[in-house]
Amino acid sequence: MTEATPVSAVEEGKRRRARMRARQYEAKRIRTLVTPEGAALNLKVSTFGERFGAFILDIGIQFALMIAVVVAIGFIASAMQMQGWQIAWAVAQVLIFFIRNFYFIFFEIGRKAATPGKRALGLRVADRKGGRLTANAVIARNFLRELEFFLPLSVVFSFGGDGIAVWVTWLLLLWCMLFALFPLFNKDKLRVGDLVAGTMVIHAPKVRLLKDIASVTPAHIGDTSIVFTPEQLGVYGIHELHVLEDVLRQSTPEIKTNVANRIATKIGYAPQAGETDLAFLEAFYAALRAHLEQRMLFGQRKEDKFDRR
Amino acid sequence: MSDRVMKSYRFREEREADWSELDRIVQQAEKRGVDGLTDQELEQLPHLYRQAVSSLSVARTISLDQNVIAYLETLCARAYFFVYGTRSRMSERIAQFFARDWAAAVSAAKGPTLLAFLCLFGGALLAFFLTLSDNEWYWTFHGGWDSRNPNATYAELRATLYEDRSDIVDMLGAFAAQLFSHNSGIAIFAFALGFAFGAPTAILLIYNGVYLGSFYAVFWQKGLGYELTGWLFIHGVTELFAVILAGAAGFMIGGAVAFPGRKTRMESMRDAGDTAAMVIIGAVIMLFLAALLEGFGRQLINDDVTRYVIAGTTLIFWFGYFYLPRRGEIDRRD
Repeated sequence: MTEATPVSAVEEGKRRRARMRARQYEAKRIRTLVTPEGAALNLKVSTFGERFGAFILDIGIQFALMIAVVVAIGFIASAMQMQGWQIAWAVAQVLIFFIRNFYFIFFEIGRKAATPGKRALGLRVADRKGGRLTANAVIARNFLRELEFFLPLSVVFSFGGDGIAVWVTWLLLLWCMLFALFPLFNKDKLRVGDLVAGTMVIHAPKVRLLKDIASVTPAHIGDTSIVFTPEQLGVYGIHELHVLEDVLRQSTPEIKTNVANRIATKIGYAPQAGETDLAFLEAFYAALRAHLEQRMLFGQRKEDKFDRR
Repeated sequence: MSDRVMKSYRFREEREADWSELDRIVQQAEKRGVDGLTDQELEQLPHLYRQAVSSLSVARTISLDQNVIAYLETLCARAYFFVYGTRSRMSERIAQFFARDWAAAVSAAKGPTLLAFLCLFGGALLAFFLTLSDNEWYWTFHGGWDSRNPNATYAELRATLYEDRSDIVDMLGAFAAQLFSHNSGIAIFAFALGFAFGAPTAILLIYNGVYLGSFYAVFWQKGLGYELTGWLFIHGVTELFAVILAGAAGFMIGGAVAFPGRKTRMESMRDAGDTAAMVIIGAVIMLFLAALLEGFGRQLINDDVTRYVIAGTTLIFWFGYFYLPRRGEIDRRD
């Protein structure tokens, strides 16, 4: 046991540093918007991955819509013994034209300021300065997609010929990629359309207000509730509290039992007879949060268990 | 007992009902807009919003419950976007666009419009005279697939200008085809390319002018200039004007990127983007009208004079609509 301790301490240090880096990275995504009331709202800039995912979803939906239109109109035309199939085809073409050019604009001008793909990933379009998102901005940002996506795409499909032509196409592709990959090279992950429209895409998924874990009635065993000493509560910090919150909210009973055992060992707590792991964890969570919040009010924010405060 | 009743817990207990009320109102508003709210809800909204925002700042300092803070962050952001979001209705905004904003944006962009015009018609004139002097030039600009080339006879060329048999099917087909013809694509493209300092926009416009000019020369040589003009400009006035305006929108953005002046580049782009967006969406609407004119008008009207009259009327209409000064009104763009 004693030989294993240094190794695990090194391990723990590494993990802690990794955690700090992750947190710093997360903090970089936050743009503070000061409302006219003077309160700060923390908006999170969406990542390139999220935006790309939303875009792929939207393109998929667009394709599905177009195919649905063609199939539906084809079905109607065939029900009419193909009389006037040219009319049917013309109508389908017009509908496809609208889907192709106005899908994004239609949804982003709407109240949710997001296409279905963006909504699925919890994204929305917002004005960069916190002002109103105007229809003009939405139109500008979406028509510029022509430059960012469809131009490189058409260049890719135009590969062919030989000798100098191929080289010219490569150069052209390189030039187009400057626009396509623009979001990778700025800290707000803005694409060219966002730049011109003065918008940004933020990550603001809907969060449900869950029950406060500390609100469950105190677990009583007979008449004695579970009590912890200040020393036992001083072992952990805020990070561990948050991890415990996640464990209590969304993990399996086995994991809860595991975590309960580890905490009990670490703080030297002897389980009382008839007490369940869940009751222990909830009681410990409530006690730890009360303890840490109390200290926070006095200006001592104990970040994690390594924080000697 | 007392150690279980924390400040953060009491804090939440006291305000939770208001938060969920705000949540409900905002959700309703996101679904159905302002009209979906009752008077009472509208009255409550600002109060609840301010309370939620102050709850958020308190929660950040006293609570360690992640869920509460995350919930308040998103609730406040959603409420903020609604409270300070767009006010005017869609119908009002559309009405204002046609009544004022569109024409104002276009007439404010006279410089870029002139530049786009020169690119398009400069290219056209150049190609026209080149092709007149030597027919070989035609093949430089066009592929071999078009039957309307210098080798075609007078009768063949003339036949392409007039429709002897026209029913609704052909018209609709022509309309739809026109929507997809390269012109509507080019308009949006010319706008988007403007971002690269406007140079690709200029090239695109010149290229299209060249295409048009050489095509014109073929008909001119055969003595069909008058007839072609009617055929082309019945919808061409609207269509080419739209392409020029789309190019102008591109130049506006290109200009803002290249020469921001006293503003920062970001600001200058954003301001230009705002006006350019109105110009480009207007151009798309014009292209739609042009497609209607081409699909139906050109198929139905085979008389040169009538074609000229329509072309002239549309020209006067667009000029009057865009450039005639009009009385100022209150801005309802918000």
